[in-house]
Amino acid sequence: MVTYSWSVTDDDQVFKALADPTRRFLLDLLFARDGRTLTELESELEMTRFGVMKHLKVLEEAGLVVARRSGREKLHFLNPVPIRRIHDRWIDKYTEDRVTALLELKNELEGNDG
Amino acid sequence: MDKTTHVYQVYIKATPEAIWDAITRPEWTQKYGYRSIAEYDLRPGGRYRGLATPEFQQMGMPEVVVDGEVIEVDPPRRLVHTWRFLWDDNVKAEGPTTVTFDIKPGDNGVCSLTVTHELENAPTTTAQITGAIPNAGGGWAYVLSDLKTLLETGSSL
Repeated sequence: MVTYSWSVTDDDQVFKALADPTRRFLLDLLFARDGRTLTELESELEMTRFGVMKHLKVLEEAGLVVARRSGREKLHFLNPVPIRRIHDRWIDKYTEDRVTALLELKNELEGNDG
Repeated sequence: MDKTTHVYQVYIKATPEAIWDAITRPEWTQKYGYRSIAEYDLRPGGRYRGLATPEFQQMGMPEVVVDGEVIEVDPPRRLVHTWRFLWDDNVKAEGPTTVTFDIKPGDNGVCSLTVTHELENAPTTTAQITGAIPNAGGGWAYVLSDLKTLLETGSSL
């Protein structure tokens, strides 16, 4: 495992960004449909445009959202790589199969799909 | 029409040249992710092929898992090529999608690598690259996480 200080800071930013229900909701929205504008995201939340911008900035700084210019619009994309880094740190290939099986069992018993 | 773009970004403590080589050279691509053997003819119009390892072929994968055509080459900054999976007729029929690799140097010897995958009417290809297919790896997020580990520590996950 790499232990550069910048790497530790990256992890801190990811966990801090995820430790907020509004920011997790924004990630859920992008997971459902990627590449949205601030206006589209704002319409899903009862919050000021400025508030949504602030949350998006935290997500961008943590690398969980990547913003792209497309003509006059700025589109926001969910970047799952930092979450995958957290996954890879504690879950190896062999454990993954067992974790997946347990998650499937949980979903089946609770009547959720996927 | 179902048109989507997926963006994957990772910061890697390595030179742009090292990241470029890890994407384009088979001796590197065999060491991380799906361990495919990359064959690039690095000029516009050149062929790209991703070959399965003998282990994956024994599991029923064809020799050539991915093919494509190189569109843009600007080493060590930008590579654009088409991407078509070939493991069965269904996914093959989804036709070519487009992958762009952007490498940008930053501070303290850390570069960002951004993979942008543009897909249109390609549900199975999308499921594969986003890691949504069970027991088929984790798509680009898995590949890029493993690539970062390899370049920073010398060994993959």
